[in-house]
Amino acid sequence: MKNNSLDIVHTQYVTFAEPPDTLQLKSGRSIGPVTLAYETYGKLNPAKSNAILVCHALSGDAHAAGIHKDDKTPGWWDDMIGPGKALDTRLYFVICSNVIGGCKGSTGPSSINPETGKPYALDFPLITIADMVEAERHLIDHLGIEKLLCVIGGSMGGMQALQWTSAYPGRVLSAIPIATALKHSPQQIAFNEVIRQSIMADPAWRKGYYYEHGQPENGLAVARMIGHITFMSDQSMEEKFSRKLKNDNLSFQFVDDFEVEGYLRYRGYNFVKRFDANSYLYITKAMDYLDLSGENFIPDIKKTTIRFLVISFKSDWLYPSHQSQEIVRLLKRKHAYTTYFDLISTYGHDAFLIEIDDETRLIKNFLANIEH
Amino acid sequence: MKPDHQIIADIVHEGAHILDLGCGNGELLSLLRQHKNALVQGIELDEDQMHTCVENGLTVLQGDIETGLEDYPNQSFDYVILNQIMQEIKKADFVIQEALRIGHKVIVGFPNFAHLSARTTLFLHGRTPINEALPYYWFETPNIRFLTIWDFVDYCEKKNITIEQKYFLGKSGLIHFLPNLFAQNALFVLARP
Repeated sequence: MKNNSLDIVHTQYVTFAEPPDTLQLKSGRSIGPVTLAYETYGKLNPAKSNAILVCHALSGDAHAAGIHKDDKTPGWWDDMIGPGKALDTRLYFVICSNVIGGCKGSTGPSSINPETGKPYALDFPLITIADMVEAERHLIDHLGIEKLLCVIGGSMGGMQALQWTSAYPGRVLSAIPIATALKHSPQQIAFNEVIRQSIMADPAWRKGYYYEHGQPENGLAVARMIGHITFMSDQSMEEKFSRKLKNDNLSFQFVDDFEVEGYLRYRGYNFVKRFDANSYLYITKAMDYLDLSGENFIPDIKKTTIRFLVISFKSDWLYPSHQSQEIVRLLKRKHAYTTYFDLISTYGHDAFLIEIDDETRLIKNFLANIEH
Repeated sequence: MKPDHQIIADIVHEGAHILDLGCGNGELLSLLRQHKNALVQGIELDEDQMHTCVENGLTVLQGDIETGLEDYPNQSFDYVILNQIMQEIKKADFVIQEALRIGHKVIVGFPNFAHLSARTTLFLHGRTPINEALPYYWFETPNIRFLTIWDFVDYCEKKNITIEQKYFLGKSGLIHFLPNLFAQNALFVLARP
């Protein structure tokens, strides 16, 4: 399967909400112009009925599959997107864009504020998952697509998929929310708050206006380390690290004796090179604000014909299975015909990026049966 | 085609909305979709069986049927099917009542414990019956309750459930004479009074 990769892919850009227009945000504020970075794979058919929108998670970007000309790192879901893969680019036109508020080519706090000529920093308005979807809707309009065959994503990507079905039920034929939730629990908000506090407690954060001086490296690295702990499971950490030492003996100093410590430091400080600290603040807040529970989910519609494939993983304690089962409960109330799997995996929340075989098997068959 | 599946396929109407509780590998649902254009939803616990369902294009929920029905609104389905699963359910009465709430009609199929071969094994050999309808040894059976045709008829009477249709199946076709003695399996179509 690994051989069936896409060739060189290119990131493209679309700009909307240019003066006099603006993008109205849920906070009541508005912003413009807005640029979204996006990539597409496969061909849009003449009926424009084979488009699938892939939504990325917290630290993802538009580069979901294939490789860039100058960078041989494959996209973040390359195992799932390509010829013959779960999202088969011989059949489907696959779109992935960087969210608004991000830092990988879409407008976010590190973008230049046209009014000041400097990065927005904390002048950037708070955004929500609904605002992300609204920006994606502009992109889908720009591509001339009326109905999406499917909206799919894991974690925050799944939140966007759920938001799409609630905001635009008539424009989505099917949705695949993976390892996600209708709303963050206090535990999830708490983790995000600790993550934000670790960034904001770094003096180098400078109340958000750090762009002339460089990133709050230590704060952002610690924030990412917390994230990585929550992405793994007790069992996957035991299997990966156990209590293995980096060197043969204990140093009796405050250094990274254990492999797990080395791993977290490596991941944390590597992340600083590729992700903007303020974007991390904005995006985690957007996730905390989402609440599609109860009547907020696909409102005003008693029976939905949108087909859902809901997937959770048994060892995922960050987005536990009961949160996916809550989605299923609401779908039952909407008379929806739904497929739900609570997959066996030891990888915790990371499973949605790792359990490719099970996901491929399910998603391929599910998509093949969506009439379009 | 299995004889009980054939009967169910004859019972349901064209384009019916169907929920199959404990749908297994989806054999019955595939059949109903193919022959009756039915809109089908399954609930199953076994992951391998569920994968087979999805491969066959069926919608299937991983879930427990004892807790999985409460969110469905009243009369969500034309038929709720409980075929060869009731003997494995702990809260059988609760599930049947819930099925009658969310379905216009409920189809129940189960092995008859009072079948002649079962009686003979127990009476003459003093051993727990094993036959085509009850194929398991005591130490491996998923069945947690054993019931007979008359037990079920008594239950429906007591609970004021209307039996709209009933079918009794032997080894080769329908049984009309002394069903509680000669039928290995029974199928009932139930409705609320």
